[in-house]
Amino acid sequence: MTTRKLELLVGFFVTLAIAALLLLALKVANAGVGGSDQTYHLQAKFSNIGGLKVRSPVKVGGVVVGRVASIKLDPENFQPVVMLEINSSYNNFPETSTLSILTSGLLGEQYIGLQPGFVDESVSILKDGDTIEDTKSAIVLEELIGQFLFNRGN
Amino acid sequence: MLNKIQQIGANTLAIFSGLGRATMMLFGALFGRPRPIKAWPLYIKQLYVVGVQSLLIIVVSGLFIGMVLALQGYTVLAKFGAEQMLGPLVALSLLRELGPVVTALLFAGRAGSALTAEIGLMKATEQLSSMEMMAVDPLRRVVAPRFWAGVISMPLLALIFNAVGILGGHLVGVDWLGVDGGGYWSAMQANVDFQQDVLNGVIKSFVFAFIVTLIALHKGYDAIPTSEGISAATTQTVVTSSLAVLGFDFVLTAVMFGG
Repeated sequence: MTTRKLELLVGFFVTLAIAALLLLALKVANAGVGGSDQTYHLQAKFSNIGGLKVRSPVKVGGVVVGRVASIKLDPENFQPVVMLEINSSYNNFPETSTLSILTSGLLGEQYIGLQPGFVDESVSILKDGDTIEDTKSAIVLEELIGQFLFNRGN
Repeated sequence: MLNKIQQIGANTLAIFSGLGRATMMLFGALFGRPRPIKAWPLYIKQLYVVGVQSLLIIVVSGLFIGMVLALQGYTVLAKFGAEQMLGPLVALSLLRELGPVVTALLFAGRAGSALTAEIGLMKATEQLSSMEMMAVDPLRRVVAPRFWAGVISMPLLALIFNAVGILGGHLVGVDWLGVDGGGYWSAMQANVDFQQDVLNGVIKSFVFAFIVTLIALHKGYDAIPTSEGISAATTQTVVTSSLAVLGFDFVLTAVMFGG
């Protein structure tokens, strides 16, 4: 076989492999172009975060606007502090917005629901590094069952 | 009793001297005066033999493994009403484990055994000694192109295997069993991370490529130059490299995804 034909076949092979990598990157992992958007950070304290994980979605009315960037424990009052990474195109949430940890479906994974609050002159818009005060914790099934049994007992 | 202990000692020494000879061979092949332009046709030839000719078996097995994964996964997931998790199941099993490992096993059988037999026969027919006589270093001319061809082409083959497998899963899951097509891709995108899953899989297949190619070349270069010796060396290549791949896979999985 001539060198030219060999080079052609090897070139075809390498091109095929690059196409496979592109398919894996863009269609399967959704990395690259869409994933590197500008973001800003918000903080929130919860009393219980349940099964929330890093990279869990933050949703407004079902639309994903950001992800959980990190979860830490405040060393002074032992409360979980959740750092949120919100897409910069959604930069006009008022500071009266509330956060709650919700579950998608009965067995689904947990996510943070953001409920935008009211706006008037005295309410400012959330900026990078701000803290959302009004939060609702995750519902822990065991506590719920415990309360239910306690109420039945009365 | 003493003889048994002596036997253990002899085996240990044999293993370590084999490792030492393999390392010496690798250094001799890789570190020397580089002459990339003159050797270019040699590299292209080996990429063709090792990479392109393995393409068919990789594509066919990737397609069928993806289809079987989708079929098996569907029967279990459908019981829990979680059919939309079929995409992540297929993609993660392929990217993290099956892609690199099955590619390495197939590669050891398809290309590794051929490398061992070829170099072993070159040694038996004294082609290697004649090269040395003509002041041509057989490590540079014979071993180096084959080594690089193996290390380059196996990760590429693993990528193709993964892509074809995911498309095969789509074929069975979406087109045949009726899982929602948009859900197949979007659940996959939500659960597959490019660095964590895709890149770690590529790193794995680089490690496997190094192991399999080195074992194949060393067994061929070190073979006893008789027909029996070459047949034993070819068998050893497939057995040793398969075992090494499976063992290293456990270690790599524990390091990458265990914590």
